Amino acid sequence: MAKTKRIIITILLRLLAFGATLSATVVMVTSHESAEVMNIKFSAKYSNSPTFKFYVTAEAIATGYGLIVLFLSSRRSFDRLIVILDVVIALILTSSISAALAVAQIGKKGDTHAGWLPVCNQVPKFCDHVTGALIAGFVAAIVYLVLNLYSLHVFLTPLFPV
Amino acid sequence: MALQSGEKLPMFIGHVWSKQKRRWTLLGLRLLAFLAAAAATLVMVLNKQTKTFVVATIGTTPVNLTLTAKFHHTPAFVFFAIANGLVSIHNLVMIMVDLLGSKFDYKGFQLPMIASLDMLNLALVSGGANAAAFMAELGKNGNSHARWDKICDKFGAYCDRGAGALIASFLALALMLVISFLSILNLKLVNSSSHNSHNNIIALPN
Repeated sequence: MAKTKRIIITILLRLLAFGATLSATVVMVTSHESAEVMNIKFSAKYSNSPTFKFYVTAEAIATGYGLIVLFLSSRRSFDRLIVILDVVIALILTSSISAALAVAQIGKKGDTHAGWLPVCNQVPKFCDHVTGALIAGFVAAIVYLVLNLYSLHVFLTPLFPV
Repeated sequence: MALQSGEKLPMFIGHVWSKQKRRWTLLGLRLLAFLAAAAATLVMVLNKQTKTFVVATIGTTPVNLTLTAKFHHTPAFVFFAIANGLVSIHNLVMIMVDLLGSKFDYKGFQLPMIASLDMLNLALVSGGANAAAFMAELGKNGNSHARWDKICDKFGAYCDRGAGALIASFLALALMLVISFLSILNLKLVNSSSHNSHNNIIALPN
């Protein structure tokens, strides 16, 4: 009974994380907008910024990993390897979301000390799109963290009397 | 893996390390990680450069503009400093617990707490280092699509010191990864009813 409960919770968490990373990737890739301001064409795409390219790559890797692990989660011999890879993927996800958030914050507010103007006034729909992708990525990072702590707890519960 | 009640735990690579050797290795790695994270914090917090530019010339007198680059102008660098500070405090506390805390009764929570805290701090330092790295890349290369100029050609010393802090932080990240791995390996099964984690030898479930 405890074992099925453990398996169900793990699979639910993994499905949630898979959905979050998939939506983050897709929403970020499909974000582009063109605007014309005083005869200058502004075209904003995710590939204009190396940070967003890194973000898409990291989320895509996490999506692929989530898909593979969903099919493998019933095999016991892979347990420890999966825990280790979960930690690595959680690490990649937190790095990519924090980097993307840093650059997106500059895009929204600008940096007066460096003379960088905010971009969101010219391309508001692009900014909203990217915000959605970042929220999905944030949820994915948190879910992977919860998954890691739960795996740690599961490894120890039958053993510790507390 | 075979269960033994001695003092040795076979690791994945097949080597057999004694408990004392594992403990001192972990302690040494924690010291290095503490030093690296503290260095990163200090270098970033003390990072500042002032430069005077000649903007225009009125007659014969030049009009000067003084610009200062400080770390707290950029939120990503503030996050970087805070994250590395927290990680260095964490490592310091863990070193103290290991050296001085053997008489304290942890009720069996010591090893899981150490493993969980190590994982959380790993995520923290990874987030801080990567956010600062991409902000530094933006400052170094600019972004022509967003009409953002690069600033590293004007503030070279600021950028160099920031790069030094980043390198120290990535070193701390690599060390925290190894420390986290070792702490998780330290978690073992309690197959008897004893609680004092220093005397138990347990093995991972299989």
